[in-house]
Amino acid sequence: MILGPITLGHYLALSGFLFIIGLAGVLLRRSLLIVMMSLELLLNAANLALVAVGRFQGLPDTQVAVFFVITVAAAEVALGLAILVAIFRVKKTTAVDRMANLRF
Amino acid sequence: MEQIFFWSLAIGLLTAATAVVVLRNPVSNAVCLVVGLVFQAALFVTLEANFLAAVQVIVYAGAVMVLFLFVIMLLDVKEEARRPLVWSKVLGVIAGVVLAVLGVPRLVASFPNAQKTLEWGQGKTPNAAQDLGTLLFTSYAPLFLATGVLLLVATVGVVVLCRRDSEV
Repeated sequence: MILGPITLGHYLALSGFLFIIGLAGVLLRRSLLIVMMSLELLLNAANLALVAVGRFQGLPDTQVAVFFVITVAAAEVALGLAILVAIFRVKKTTAVDRMANLRF
Repeated sequence: MEQIFFWSLAIGLLTAATAVVVLRNPVSNAVCLVVGLVFQAALFVTLEANFLAAVQVIVYAGAVMVLFLFVIMLLDVKEEARRPLVWSKVLGVIAGVVLAVLGVPRLVASFPNAQKTLEWGQGKTPNAAQDLGTLLFTSYAPLFLATGVLLLVATVGVVVLCRRDSEV
């Protein structure tokens, strides 16, 4: 199994573990900067699964989806970091638990 | 041969991802993320998505990570202080690891064709960039245009967000 041929399952399992690591980062870390890096890990896990499925099933359309994911992730990072800078100017911190003003 | 590539790249990717989550200094987090993204680009190459691998390195490892490093420099973020160990969090991590080890193989096995193997160089798309471009500009042309609008809106939004009030 370990040294057998690489199957689609190997890539999907790798993607799953990557997603879990990223999810742990989003849930456990306090710094908004690290949370955003973990979000990138989540997006990359999804990208890996999409490319693997597209390659093994012969669907080139999934690569288009990955292309759009990368574009949207770039826009998301730019906006998120801008919001982070704006918050940092007011609060002088990047800890997410200090940004609870909207909590009901 | 392809086994060696896959396993070394997979171990490298997971190690870099763990380092991103675990390390305390934001700069080392960012550098580890760059390493992880490059590993993922190499995995894209093993899947014969060469164009996406190039895009991954240029856009992610290049542009996005430079953005992260600039913000780290701009904010002068301090190293996150160590907090006392909370037992509920440790238990949560252990439960997550157990769930991952037990759940992911089951989830993967439930996927149809999970056992499918493929030799290198047998892909349907020898000219990936051309096929991707054809798809982008025919079937997905409206989405492509919408992405352009999205990027424009994001750019304008960033400029508005980062402007100080005195400059209005």
